[in-house]
Amino acid sequence: MIDSTVVDLSRLQFAATAMYHFIFVPLTLGLSWLLVVMETAYVMSGKEIYRDMTKFWGKLYGINFALGVTTGITMEFQFGTNWAYYSHYVGDIFGAPLAIEGLMAFFLESTMVGLFFFGWNRLSKGGHLAVTMLMALGTNLSAVLILIANGWMQDPVGSVFNPVTMRMELVDFWALVFNPAAQAKFVHTVAAGYVAGSLFVLGISSWYLLKGVHIEFARRSFRVAAAFGVAGVLSVIVLGDESGYAVSESQKSKLAAIEAMWETEPAPAGFNLIASINEAEQKNDWAIRVPYVLGLIATRSTSETLPGIREIRAENRLRIENGVQANLALETLRRDPQDEMARSTFEKHQKDLGYGLLVKQYSPDLSQATPAQLDRAAHDSVPRVAPLFWSFRVMVGLGFAMLVLFAVALWSSIRNNFQQKPWLLKWALYFIPAPWIAIHSGWLVAEYGRQPWTVFGTLPTYLSASSLSAASLWGSIAGFVGFYTLLLIAEMYLMFKYARLGPVALQPNQA
Amino acid sequence: MFDYETLKLIWWLLVGVLLIGFAIMDGHDMGVGTLLPILGKDDTDRRVMINTVAPHWDGNQVWFITAGGAIFAAWPFVYATAFSGLYWALLLVLFALFFRPVGFEYRSKLPNPAWRSAWDWGLFAGSAVPALVFGVAFGNLFLGVPFRLDETMRSFYSGSFWALLNPFALLVGVVSLSLLTLQGATFLAHRTEGALQARAKLAGSVLAVVLLLAFSGAGFVVSRIDGYVIQSIPDVGGVLNPLMKEVVRQPGAWFGNFNKAPVLWLIPALAYVGAIGALVALRVGRTLFAFVGSSLACLSVILTAGVALFPFVLPSSELPKASLTAWDATSSYVTLNVMLWVALIFTPIVLAYTGWAYRVMAGTVTRDYIKANDKALY
Repeated sequence: MIDSTVVDLSRLQFAATAMYHFIFVPLTLGLSWLLVVMETAYVMSGKEIYRDMTKFWGKLYGINFALGVTTGITMEFQFGTNWAYYSHYVGDIFGAPLAIEGLMAFFLESTMVGLFFFGWNRLSKGGHLAVTMLMALGTNLSAVLILIANGWMQDPVGSVFNPVTMRMELVDFWALVFNPAAQAKFVHTVAAGYVAGSLFVLGISSWYLLKGVHIEFARRSFRVAAAFGVAGVLSVIVLGDESGYAVSESQKSKLAAIEAMWETEPAPAGFNLIASINEAEQKNDWAIRVPYVLGLIATRSTSETLPGIREIRAENRLRIENGVQANLALETLRRDPQDEMARSTFEKHQKDLGYGLLVKQYSPDLSQATPAQLDRAAHDSVPRVAPLFWSFRVMVGLGFAMLVLFAVALWSSIRNNFQQKPWLLKWALYFIPAPWIAIHSGWLVAEYGRQPWTVFGTLPTYLSASSLSAASLWGSIAGFVGFYTLLLIAEMYLMFKYARLGPVALQPNQA
Repeated sequence: MFDYETLKLIWWLLVGVLLIGFAIMDGHDMGVGTLLPILGKDDTDRRVMINTVAPHWDGNQVWFITAGGAIFAAWPFVYATAFSGLYWALLLVLFALFFRPVGFEYRSKLPNPAWRSAWDWGLFAGSAVPALVFGVAFGNLFLGVPFRLDETMRSFYSGSFWALLNPFALLVGVVSLSLLTLQGATFLAHRTEGALQARAKLAGSVLAVVLLLAFSGAGFVVSRIDGYVIQSIPDVGGVLNPLMKEVVRQPGAWFGNFNKAPVLWLIPALAYVGAIGALVALRVGRTLFAFVGSSLACLSVILTAGVALFPFVLPSSELPKASLTAWDATSSYVTLNVMLWVALIFTPIVLAYTGWAYRVMAGTVTRDYIKANDKALY
């Protein structure tokens, strides 16, 4: 018997630990390239101020990096501790990118980070720059592989179910690597990290300028961050759009929920700018709409229709019914591999095997499932609309606000008059949290939007968790949240202290 | 290129390589962490110790992460069953490990003695606790772990955390703790000087003796307890799940592989050679040899345990036929094959740049060096 409290608590713990982890990751992704830019300027120009910039922002990078590593250790093992059935069921595919991440990317990043901090006097200028570049490369390669893994959860390509081992198995490695869902996600996600890194540098530099301290240092940092930020934010938006297109191909339920699109509309569908969502009656009480936009973004055409939530549920109801047949045939086949009828039923409905598993939440014995239970499974096959609808809009809204901020910052850098614009400097300072809010909203859209699945169309979340007790889960959640919060307080304390100190922190006898 | 059976065997070896790599590399900075409050008499001493591993601990820790990832990719059954079953043991390791990255990075960022002392104890716990728990976990493998698998291959664990802390498992915990700490002591002996170096040599000598005693004691117990033997299994080169075999328990069965192929006795013998070699080398002041001897002990102790258990990876005391083995707990042929290529390509690259990083940072860390680079060092 599966304890649904344990499933819910496992989700809570995963969400909490993953979100803590992703406080630190974006800054690492973005700052590492900014360090490369600054150090390249140092090597090419020979100006010491660029070396000091690299060292100072590198110090803040290190403070952040330590907690990124700490919270990352958990992620590598948490699939096994808390999602044991998931790990069994898809580990054949999902484990590969994780292992490759360690071997190919994390080793590189972690070895180079040591040389970055301690190798200044032992490496040539060019040698140290190479180390910094390899560190940034490792960081970004890490992200590629993690997003290949996550992309597969969104769109499980290149794999097939094996009845002997009772799990999904890899058949096409390159399909996994070049999964369009993963590629778009990768650029979208790392570029969001570049934006976070840029806004961090832009905001703190602005603070120095507002205070009138470390002027030359802050001016140069501001310029680098503004330029890098514009490139980052443009990539985020373009690839976010590409991600939307990929979602519309693979996860129509997520798209429909993001858009609160209850009914199928004639193409091209309109976009709900904002709406009052009525989950119970499956409709919007009112909405402000922009015609055509959604259809154009999601289908890249004016003629293709997008299914609404009601239609998706009806389609899923059929797939669930077929999936139950597939599961029952599989049970028969496991008892008697010679049963030809069961084999042909299984082969016919195999693609809906996962949909049949959705019913196990309501009827553990599928042969006893009632039509009402199948209806419920179909209803729950689309996630709740309001959280997705709003978090998506927060993400996009902040994305465009940051585009404007960086555009103005870059323009002012070119005109060289940003020091005369305290409103811009304040905007940059107070907007430091914006990328983080947008990023977490984005992950909520990606992960909550995939529900009720851990692997879309393949493995329901309900079946994925470990067979643990609720007491264990409460204990571990308390442990994670307690430790992480303590460490986060230490981190923030040091971050603020060193950011306030500014580049003088590099001089002896300070601190 | 390889058939499925060979691939399964290669992956058993590769997981072993990762664990050995972990013990040698992460082992020495965990050893330094464990010795930190014991050998470091003042703040400068402790900073000397920390800075011998400062540029490397992060890269070394990836051996642990990668071993986790490789077990996920190559042995998903093991990854799922072991980590969920031994839930609190693994969480204890993770919680302890939290203090390492932060401890290293934050400790010397503030001069406050209370702040530094708190992180020193964090580094100690983050090093000693995992080193002990890994051995305790290994010890429990020899005793069998209480879990079963149902028809859908879902695993259920019926033991408790406290049951893991039995005397035999704790003895194996002493083996792993003394092994990794010896690794740290020999490393410190090689990279420090003066009074601190003398203390590291002394600690290393004591640890080598403890290791020899605990390893011999554990071996003696293993010869007396029930081991697991596969009675029947379909073609090991085929697609299997763990419930397709029959397993029985027999006294002394963990010595079966050594008795079948006596040449394998060389492996535990090498553990003695390594530990005694480290001891002698420390006494005569050949610190690099001591580190090599200690590393040899890491390799052969882990390999001894692996060979004794082979082909078992996670024996089940509750339902012996559900035991996970190198034959039936693995990934598919395609995954093992792809991952082998990945390992063949990237492991040498990792070793190359790790070696380079050690060369760049080579040399003795002195008290004067710490004082001269107060702000730039940990």
